[in-house]
Amino acid sequence: MFMIFGYPSALLFGQLLLGLINGAFYALLSLGLAIIFGMLNIVNFSHGALFMLGAFVAWGLLEFLGISYWWSLLLAPIIVGAFGVLLEKVFIARLYKLDHLYGLLLTFGLALVIEGLARNQFGSSGMPFAIPKQLQGATDLGFMFMPNYRGWVVAASAGMCLLVWLVIEKTSLGATLRAATENPAIVQSFGINVPRMITLTYAAGVALAAFAGVLAAPIYSVNPNMGASFIITVFAVVVIGGMGSIAGSIVTGFGLGIVEGLTKVFYPQGSSVVIFVVMVIVLLTRPAGLFGKGGH
Amino acid sequence: MSLTRRSLLGTTAAAATAIGAARSGRAQAANTIKIGVLNDQSGPYRDTGGVTSVACTKLAVAEFASKGFNVEVVAADHQNKPDVGAEIARQWYDRDGVDMIIDVPTSSVALAVAGVAKEKNKLHINVGAATSDLTGKSCAPSLIHWCYDTYMLAKSTGGATVKAGGDSWFFVTADYAFGQQLQKDTTAFVTAAGGKVMGSVAYPFPGTTDFSSFLLQAQASGAKVLGLCNAGGDTVNSIKQAHEFGIKMKLAAMLMFITDVNALGLDVAQGLSLTESFYWDLNDRTRAFTERAKKVTPNNWPNMVHAGCYSGTLHFLKAVADLGIDAVKKGTGTTIAERMKAMPTDDDAFGKGSIRADGRGLFKSYLFQVKTPAESKGKWDYYKVMGETSATEAWRPLADGGCYYLKS
Amino acid sequence: MFGFSRPQGISFVIMLAAVIISPAFFYPILLMKVLCFALFACAYNLLIGYVGLGSFGHAAFFGMGGYVAAYAAKKWGLDPALAIIAGGLVGAALGAVFGWLAIGRQGIYFAMITLALSQMVFFFCTQASFTGGEDGIQQVPRGKLFGMISLQDDMAMYTVVAVIFLVTFLLIHRIVHSPFGQVLKAIRENEPRATSLGYRTDDYKMLVFILSAGIAGIAGGTKSIVFGIATLTDVANAQSGEVILMTLVGGMGTIFGPVLGALILNFIESYLAQLGAWFAVTQGVIFVLCIMFFRRGILGELAARLKVAL
Repeated sequence: MFMIFGYPSALLFGQLLLGLINGAFYALLSLGLAIIFGMLNIVNFSHGALFMLGAFVAWGLLEFLGISYWWSLLLAPIIVGAFGVLLEKVFIARLYKLDHLYGLLLTFGLALVIEGLARNQFGSSGMPFAIPKQLQGATDLGFMFMPNYRGWVVAASAGMCLLVWLVIEKTSLGATLRAATENPAIVQSFGINVPRMITLTYAAGVALAAFAGVLAAPIYSVNPNMGASFIITVFAVVVIGGMGSIAGSIVTGFGLGIVEGLTKVFYPQGSSVVIFVVMVIVLLTRPAGLFGKGGH
Repeated sequence: MSLTRRSLLGTTAAAATAIGAARSGRAQAANTIKIGVLNDQSGPYRDTGGVTSVACTKLAVAEFASKGFNVEVVAADHQNKPDVGAEIARQWYDRDGVDMIIDVPTSSVALAVAGVAKEKNKLHINVGAATSDLTGKSCAPSLIHWCYDTYMLAKSTGGATVKAGGDSWFFVTADYAFGQQLQKDTTAFVTAAGGKVMGSVAYPFPGTTDFSSFLLQAQASGAKVLGLCNAGGDTVNSIKQAHEFGIKMKLAAMLMFITDVNALGLDVAQGLSLTESFYWDLNDRTRAFTERAKKVTPNNWPNMVHAGCYSGTLHFLKAVADLGIDAVKKGTGTTIAERMKAMPTDDDAFGKGSIRADGRGLFKSYLFQVKTPAESKGKWDYYKVMGETSATEAWRPLADGGCYYLKS
Repeated sequence: MFGFSRPQGISFVIMLAAVIISPAFFYPILLMKVLCFALFACAYNLLIGYVGLGSFGHAAFFGMGGYVAAYAAKKWGLDPALAIIAGGLVGAALGAVFGWLAIGRQGIYFAMITLALSQMVFFFCTQASFTGGEDGIQQVPRGKLFGMISLQDDMAMYTVVAVIFLVTFLLIHRIVHSPFGQVLKAIRENEPRATSLGYRTDDYKMLVFILSAGIAGIAGGTKSIVFGIATLTDVANAQSGEVILMTLVGGMGTIFGPVLGALILNFIESYLAQLGAWFAVTQGVIFVLCIMFFRRGILGELAARLKVAL
């Protein structure tokens, strides 16, 4: 252990790692929000609740069916994604013609219901979720002690973000998606089923949230409030990054996580508000967000 | 988005039945004593108190041979929020004819409920909360603090840890009345024994489940002892994560219950020192009480809070019988409290004890160490007795508390 | 009378009668809670119903008003009236800050910025020593109004709260039915047109924001004095959500809607409490159903059917 700027290296790198982990969740969640906003023009307030559902599904799969964490990484997003399809078809689709505010309020109400039901069933303290055996233990890197699971979280989310970015920016499916965002009518006239595309996009965004939920389960305990505590910070991340850009939300997510982690070293009391302070600064200097495209 | 806002009246049936029942408090049968069990039933303290406290209260009611009056028990969840707890207490005392409120863990809520009890001069027997302020600067004539507090914990666990060589401490503290008071009381003992406090960090309560960042700070301080000034689910998570991060400091769980040891498992918890005033395997009387309690709470064997609810309720009912139901209904909370202080306590859970003039319950405190998996003969066989402090020595001296209503 | 139309006048009389008679039938503490939240909802309605700005962070003003009033009454020993006014002023000041950052944006962005800012206020309140963190400010004295009338008695307190509510309610109504209110209506219906007519719309919006925040602060301050406690619950996001629901259920943009919404929701909460935590789920369900099928709220629907303005 050596000293940097007068702080023990283990502390600095440890907090940096924790910051990266938080950043990983911010990135995954804001990515999902950005995708949904891009296609549907809906700010999905229930994103946090769906993130929480992903964790609960993983817990349930383990508890009642003995299905391991690794399978849950695949299954939970599919299950929650299917639930997202249901939500979109039954509730959200009806509001496209209305003021955006109603979409926000509706997803807010849905979040209340989902989280309330979870809290009724499981209490507010949550259930423990064991770290999968293969990832238990820690690696002593010399300058810091890294729990293996937490290292995995950073790697997995970075990988997933990269994958999503590749699909959207580099594949024809992604190109169609981007086109449909800009001009649905023309894309529809090409013979592409735009409403189905919209539903699947929502499901994909939701699945991303659920994936993040499974990753989060061993760290935060599976509890009904886990989404609520993340979602508002994620909104701030999105405002900072700008709603338009996919790459922007990934970079901003990880970046702000690191900023938060460093604040915990140098000025711990400010760590919960630093992201909001950054948001205020960005709003005053670059109202469209760091990577945003024009106007509000 | 999680609208955790109130569930004001819990299971009080009266609430739903009558639109016009607002003033029904007075219409309450003059022959019924109503006890309200108010605690955390869904959050980090639900296993420490929760429904098991209610069950133990009801057990005491069932065991108390009726002396000419009925007893009714109601319960509610205060969600660890002072405003919710105070509202429920107010409604219970004002509107629903509750004569005594018991348990109330979470010191911030306890202080709020104590305030309401003082304002209305109604009886509150606090079992679940820890802050020693309840018999100090926040004391009240109708307020009794039953079987543990931060001073007793600090003296026992803190004192023992320092004696064993832990002379530099770093605190991870739940940021509310309880954590702050526990840290203060422990610091006093540490410094008095020649030790040093290297630093501390306070985290938001409730709601924190990831302690990694605070543990890293503790590690970086270079202190020998990591003092955990938290309880229940928080303690369980902190200890688990300390293991995950390979924290090499000695862990001092300043408040830990057998229910937490059960949640951790002996592999992780072995060797930890902790203080409680009750353990089911102490003697024949405690074993007998536990046998009876097991029947109503099979999944959760009683810890000192649960035993305290039983013991406190029993003594309360004895005092009521002694005063006579008419005197109780005509009198105030202080009337009953004074009778409870005048009578010595005696029950299977705590044996013989007493209540001091400032409302402090005086019972023995025990220093326990958690057994290794090899030493344990089965589930709930978790503790070895390492020492005990007598009922007179374990608690803060009467004069040091600063309780206002004591006639000096 | 007061510029009310006939249906509105009738509604006002009904409301007045309810305020006067209800303590005989219901627990006064519950009623005072309803009145405080009704005021909060009316303040919120001012912003969303009449200007069309959906703030998601109004709890910041309500809660801060509560903290300031509690602190003023307890630590400075201020007269309860002054304490509540202090709460209102702080709410308004905070509203000015929020407004400066958020006005000029529409719809979703406005909502998200107000949400994030109110979260910042929440975190500030968990750390600041004057708020008492998780413990809150407890044992706030009710004090003596004007140094003479003790508010310890629940009925005395109720009378004061009822007066505060009725006066502020009428004040809001006066503001809405005035030339100023007409400009607000114009802005809501066609802002570019209003701008082209020479109105500085951002200034008008800012003014309403500050007013709305100030009244929310008064509501919060009154609640702290009644209950003798100010806690983090009052500045939490959940509180912002609840006031939106009250306004929505009662009827956004109607005068009496928010009052009805506050009444219904608080009574549901109180009498449904025995179902435990199902209240949160119930709130969510009401929210969803309202947005899907019942957007105008109870009084809004009623007004539309009867073709009047309520």
